[in-house]
Amino acid sequence: MSDIAIRVEDLGKWYRLGAGVGAGRPRQDYRTLREVLASTISAPFRRNSPGKEPARLGPPPSQPDDEFIWALRNVSFTVSKGQVIGVIGRNGAGKSTLLKILSRVTEPTEGYAEVHGRVGSLLEVGTGFHPELTGRENIYLNGAILGMKRLEIDGKFDEIVDFSGVDKFIDTPVKRYSSGMYLRLAFAVAAHLEPEILVVDEVLAVGDAEFQRKCLGKMSDVAQEGRTVLFVSHNMSAILHLTEETIVLDKGHVAHRSATPEAVDYYMSSGLAQVGERIWSMDDVPPDAAPFRPLSMRLKNRLGRVVDAVRSTEPLTLEVEYVLDAPITGLRVGFYLTTARGEYVWASFDTDNQAQFEAYPVRQAGRTISRCTIPPDILNEGRYFLGVNASAYRVRRYFQDEQALSFTVDATDAPGSQWPELRMGPVRPRLAWEIETESQLTPALLVEKGGS
Amino acid sequence: MMQKVLKKSSIESKPQETVLFIRPSSGWSALNLKELWLFRELVYFLTWRDVKVRYKQTTLGAAWAILQPFLTMVVFSVFFGRLAKVPSDGVPYPIFSYTGLLPWGLFTKALTDAGRSLVAHRAMITKIYFPRLAIPIASVLGGVVDFALAFLVLIGMMLYYNYAPNSTYHVEITPALLTLPLFLLLAIITALGVGLWLSALNVMYRDINYIIPFLTQFWLFITPVAYPASMIPEQWQMVYALNPMTGVVEGFRWALLGTVEAPGPMLAVSSTIAILGLVTGLFYFRRMERDFADTV
Repeated sequence: MSDIAIRVEDLGKWYRLGAGVGAGRPRQDYRTLREVLASTISAPFRRNSPGKEPARLGPPPSQPDDEFIWALRNVSFTVSKGQVIGVIGRNGAGKSTLLKILSRVTEPTEGYAEVHGRVGSLLEVGTGFHPELTGRENIYLNGAILGMKRLEIDGKFDEIVDFSGVDKFIDTPVKRYSSGMYLRLAFAVAAHLEPEILVVDEVLAVGDAEFQRKCLGKMSDVAQEGRTVLFVSHNMSAILHLTEETIVLDKGHVAHRSATPEAVDYYMSSGLAQVGERIWSMDDVPPDAAPFRPLSMRLKNRLGRVVDAVRSTEPLTLEVEYVLDAPITGLRVGFYLTTARGEYVWASFDTDNQAQFEAYPVRQAGRTISRCTIPPDILNEGRYFLGVNASAYRVRRYFQDEQALSFTVDATDAPGSQWPELRMGPVRPRLAWEIETESQLTPALLVEKGGS
Repeated sequence: MMQKVLKKSSIESKPQETVLFIRPSSGWSALNLKELWLFRELVYFLTWRDVKVRYKQTTLGAAWAILQPFLTMVVFSVFFGRLAKVPSDGVPYPIFSYTGLLPWGLFTKALTDAGRSLVAHRAMITKIYFPRLAIPIASVLGGVVDFALAFLVLIGMMLYYNYAPNSTYHVEITPALLTLPLFLLLAIITALGVGLWLSALNVMYRDINYIIPFLTQFWLFITPVAYPASMIPEQWQMVYALNPMTGVVEGFRWALLGTVEAPGPMLAVSSTIAILGLVTGLFYFRRMERDFADTV
C-alpha cells in the first residue's frame, strides 16, 4: 500500500464565462434552445466547424479568449496519508474548483487525480436536508446522500444525535429548528461519515463560536486518527491551528507550498491577498439605478493596497466610486458590514455626519468617490461581507448590493491572541482593562464584599 | 464521469484499498449501472422523501392523488362520454376513461417531476458526488405511490358498476390481469426514458420548463385515454402505436377490463419505442452528466 492519499498531476479546469460576470467568480450560463438552434443551423456554414455539439464544453480555445477562464491549471501535488493540508488563496484562486474535482462533483478539463480511499466532503453541510422532514428522517436521508449505508447510519445514529445535541427535537421537522440546531445536526451527520480523506471547505464560516469549536475539534480528531484532511479556509488562524502544511493557490496555479506558518506569511505578505475590489460592468447594474451608476468598490489596507484579507490591528479604508449622470437630491451612499452568517455589524452613510449632511443637500453630477476608514481594533477575526447602498431617504433606493465584496480579518496580535481560541462576536475591541488586587482595594469595596 | 475503481490487494493489514482515478472524459460513457446499484439506498430515500413530503401542508393531503384522476374522469365522462358519445369498448365510459387515466397520470407526473428534478436538486448536484441518475429515477418512482392510491378508486368504481341496478357491466377477472405489472413497468420505462431526456436537457436549456406542460397536453391527445384506440383507422394503427403510451393504455384496458383483444403487434411497437427511449435517454444523460455541476 502506498503512502499517498492524493496525487494530482497537471490538473486543469476551465469554465466558459456567462454574460454579466463582473469581477466575480467564474460561472457558466445556460443557453436557451433558440441560441443553440441558431448556432446548429448556422454550423454547416461556418468554416472549420468540426460538427461538434456546440452546447457541450468543447476543447478549450487555443488562443486566449475573454469568454473562457482557467479556474485551475497545471496543478500538481501529492498529499501523504494522515497529512492535514491547508489550501489558501484569494477568491477565485481555484480552491473550490480543486475540492470539487477531488470530490468528483465536477470533472477536470485536463490532467488527472488519484485518490486513495473514500472521500468525504464537507463542501456544504446540510445539503439535501428537507425542512418538512424530522431530524431523524433527515439523518437517514442526508447519510444516504453522503454515501452511507443504512446499516452504517443505524450504527452511528445515537452518536450523531449525541454530537448534534438536538436529541430532544429529533422527531420534530427541521423547519422548526433554529439555524444553529440545523447546522449542528447537519454537521454531525457529515462528521460521522468517517472517510479516509476529508475535504473541508469553509464550514467554519458559519455557525456560532461554540459550533465552530466543535467542528475544529472534530477535524483535529479526524487528523489524529491518521486520516487525511484537505482544509480550505479564509480563516488564517484556523489554518494555522489545524494544518501542518499549506498550499497557496493563485489564479489557478500552485503558487507556494510549505509548512503552514511560512505559507500563511507568504500569502499575507506577497500581495496575493489582493483582490478586495468589486468592479461593476454595465450589465451588472439594473437600469432602474439611473442616474446612479456604480463603478467600483474596494478595500485598502494601511499601506493603501487593495486587499481582501486584513489584520484586525490595522486600520482599513473602504471606498466606492460612482458616476452620477444627473444631480440627485438627498443622495446618501453608504456601506453595510455583515458577518458571513448575514448578521449586520453596522451600516453607515457618507452623510451621517451633520456637517457632511448640510454640505451635500444635492449631489452634483459626475464621478465621485465616497470613502471611510475603519479604525484598528474593531473587527474580530472571520469573514465579512461589505454591501453598498445608494439612496435618498424615503424617496428612492437607487442601488443596493448586499454582498458586493467579501474580506477576511486576521486576528494576529489582536487583544487576547496569546490564547489560541476563537473569540465570540464580530467585534474585538482593545479595551482598557484594570485589575485591582486585594491589597489595592478601597475600604468601601471591602465592606461591600463582606456584606454579600 | 469516467473512472476506474481498482481494488488492490495489499500486504499490510488493510485488506484492500480503493483507488479512484479522476480524469477528463469525452464522448459517450458507460452507463455504470453497477455504481447506481451501490447507491440504491439513495434512490430509496429520495423516493421516500418525495412521497413523504409531497402532500405536507395541504388540507386534503394524499386525497389529491385520487382527486386528480377522479375529477378528470368526471369531466371526460360528461363531455366525451355523455355529450360527444365517444364509444368506450362496451364498458361504462367512466370506467373506460379512468382505466386510461391511471397509467396516464403516472406517466405525466413522472415525466413532469423527472424533467424538473435535476434543476430542483441543484444544491445537491453542485456540492456532492453521487450517481446523478438517482435523481430522475427517484422522481419517477415517487409517482407509483400516487398510482397505487388512485388504483384503489378504480376497484371501488368497478364494484359499484358491478352491483349497481340495471348496470350492464360486470367485473371480469381474466388471466390477463396477471400482466398488469408488466404494463405498469412499461409506463415507468416510457416515463423514465422521456424524463431522462428532459431532465438532462433542462439543465442546459430552461426552455424545457415551458415545453413540459405543452408536451403532456399534446401527448394526451395522441393517447387513447378519452377515446378507444379502435377509433383510429386500421392502416394508421401501427403509426399510432409508435406512441408507447398507446400500448400502455391499451394494455391496461385489456388486463383490467378484458374487453379489447390482446394488443399484440401494437404492444410490440410501443414496447420497442419505450425501451429505445430509455436506452438513448440513459446514454444521453450519462453523456451530459459531467457538465451538470457546472451548468445547472
